[in-house]
Amino acid sequence: MSRRTFAHGALALALGMATNAHAATDADLDAIRGEIRQLKESYEARIRALEDRLKNAEAAAVAPAAAPPSPPEPVAAAPAAAGGIAAFNPAISAVLQGAYINLSQDPSKYMLFGFVPSGDIAPGPRGFSIAESELNLSASVDHLFAAALTFSLTPDDTVSVEEAYAVATGLPYGITPKFGRFFSGLGYQNEQHQHVWDFYDAPLVYQAFFGGQYTQNGVQVKWVAPTDTFIELGGEVGSGTNYPGNDRNKNGIGDGVVYVHAGGDVGTSNSWRAGLSYLQTASSDRAYSIVDASGIDTPVSFTGRSRIAVADLVWKWAPEGNPRERNFKLQGEYMWRRESGDLTYDTNVNAALAATSSYSSRQSGYYVQGVYQFMPEWRFGARYDWLDAGSVSYGDNGAYFGDVDFHPQRTSVMLDWTPSEFSRLRLQYSQARLVPGVTDNQWFLQYILTLGAHGAHRY
Amino acid sequence: MIRYFIAAILLAAALPAWCALNVFATVPEWAALTQELGGDKVNVYLATNPLQDPHHVEAKPSLIARARNADLVVATGAELEIGWLPLVTQQAGNPKIQPGKPGYFEAAAYVTLQDKPTRLDRAEGDVHAAGDPHIQTDPRNILRIAQPLAARLAELDPANAAFYTARQKAFADKFGAAIANWEKQGASLRGVPIVVQHKAFTYLIAWLGMTQVATLEPKPGVEPTTSYLSEVLEIIKQKAPKMVLRAAYQSDRASQWVAERAKINVVTLPFTVGGDEQAKDLYSFYDDTIARLREGAAK
Repeated sequence: MSRRTFAHGALALALGMATNAHAATDADLDAIRGEIRQLKESYEARIRALEDRLKNAEAAAVAPAAAPPSPPEPVAAAPAAAGGIAAFNPAISAVLQGAYINLSQDPSKYMLFGFVPSGDIAPGPRGFSIAESELNLSASVDHLFAAALTFSLTPDDTVSVEEAYAVATGLPYGITPKFGRFFSGLGYQNEQHQHVWDFYDAPLVYQAFFGGQYTQNGVQVKWVAPTDTFIELGGEVGSGTNYPGNDRNKNGIGDGVVYVHAGGDVGTSNSWRAGLSYLQTASSDRAYSIVDASGIDTPVSFTGRSRIAVADLVWKWAPEGNPRERNFKLQGEYMWRRESGDLTYDTNVNAALAATSSYSSRQSGYYVQGVYQFMPEWRFGARYDWLDAGSVSYGDNGAYFGDVDFHPQRTSVMLDWTPSEFSRLRLQYSQARLVPGVTDNQWFLQYILTLGAHGAHRY
Repeated sequence: MIRYFIAAILLAAALPAWCALNVFATVPEWAALTQELGGDKVNVYLATNPLQDPHHVEAKPSLIARARNADLVVATGAELEIGWLPLVTQQAGNPKIQPGKPGYFEAAAYVTLQDKPTRLDRAEGDVHAAGDPHIQTDPRNILRIAQPLAARLAELDPANAAFYTARQKAFADKFGAAIANWEKQGASLRGVPIVVQHKAFTYLIAWLGMTQVATLEPKPGVEPTTSYLSEVLEIIKQKAPKMVLRAAYQSDRASQWVAERAKINVVTLPFTVGGDEQAKDLYSFYDDTIARLREGAAK
């Protein structure tokens, strides 16, 4: 506007000058020059003022200062890579693991004296090996469910479904149902995948009572109480086909688990979680072999009920809640197991000697471990495992079996290096006394690598 | 009689808290902003403290318990909380705060993210696919987020809609004026060469027009090695930056190492509300940031 006026004024002046120039005297000329100079100065001042205003307005537009706030910018579009046919692909991640293992005792003879063998719990082959690899897929199913699938790829070229479950998201009142195959919510470490454990192998109690880890095929319902302190109640029913249960060709519910977890913070630097869990399952002709009193490996089978109670506690410390520099984690679980039913003692030599009698056992065990990150990327950990073979009553079969008065135990230390969230190298040494008079010195050098989607920081 | 009296007092004491909107803020800046906009109509729970790295947080029991009762989650988004927030919202059993619902607010959706990686590869360190999530280092982003956040509060609590709108208007005026003031104070920082410890100040640097000449981390989130820091010393020698910027929650090891050898100031910025004693609220947070930067540049 003002610039245009200036232009008009200049044009009029020029025209005026052109028409009157020939008739003008020197005095007139001076007067006109003076006017022009004045005009020029005043316009220059106004232009300067305008330019300043423009500059301020531009600055204000960058910072929407005192002006009423501009409407929000449109929501940033999703990255281009997420478009097209792959847009709805689930999050995929793979975990690769391997180890170099040195064992002073033969792993094929690995056993926990006084405890029933429970699947593949041996520490792995001697020398170089790859350990279990994992493939995870997870995504929202729709507005009601989210689901995850984890394949376990074992070094001997078998694939198994480690977890395959769906969670109903967004139900009210703190209720979260889960169904499919999943690690049971009992205890603390049971829900964790092997690659996030702080040691190479599972605690002895987990090996003795669950064969490493208790997997559920069934339904879980968790309820979080509406309190500021974390209180969670959970219950599960399932097939009960996993150790210590087995497949009983049975309709209905095979096992049941109930638990309560509580947790919270103490100041800004400490947090904790504690829990109590109870599992009841059963087995029918769960076969295994046992060394009897005369030193002969004898097949036996158990039919009856198993009940396990777990008490767990986790305490974490990080200065000001920032675990990046230093942090400490203390973790322990105590388990009691009671089995009662019938045991069939069945020598291969003579079927007539097969004898079935009552059986009951009360056994327990615990582990406690601490892991200290003393500087970024580096952690040191120690763990102590202890089992009590407890009291076992064989009823009328008692004569065949010797007394079990021995406590398998193991002490482990580890040092690991975690250069990023996606890789970890670990050195672990364990001294295991699992059988009377035998000490197994175990060395593990292990790597854990994660590819793909960012994993969750589970507590 | 006295029993009824006590009951009435208890009820009166409990009522405001019960009526208020329960807000679960992931980081201090959103807790502060929600408090500015919501006043006594909101009950804000802050999930992390200013000295925590907001990325390296676990889905602690206390977080799940608080998310259970939340009406609104205010998060940064852009993968900042990817390690823990999805787990917390999934385990809380609270339909209101699921992603996509009105009770789930991501601030990063309302600003233009910078530094989108050109190469999405873990070999590049902690890269965020959507762009740099540390948007709170530029106060203009706070202003941009205030309006949609107030609108969200109004949507969830329509009875107090006018209240939130009025608070937001008042905040926009006051904070806008404050920004103009910070820009005036920060004018001397334009073009000042600096080194950052972690690539966390993208928005602050862009806002004040400083020039970043080096990063003490070879890749985002990767601890520096001595040989890498020696390279940084060379750059410092050539480009003579005025200071090394470090966020309060980060270790001072690398910056001190460099400072001792290169005789360069280390400026520890609060990074968020509560990051140091001076940064008490959104205003003093930027007051303090600018003051520290000016001091660092002047030395």
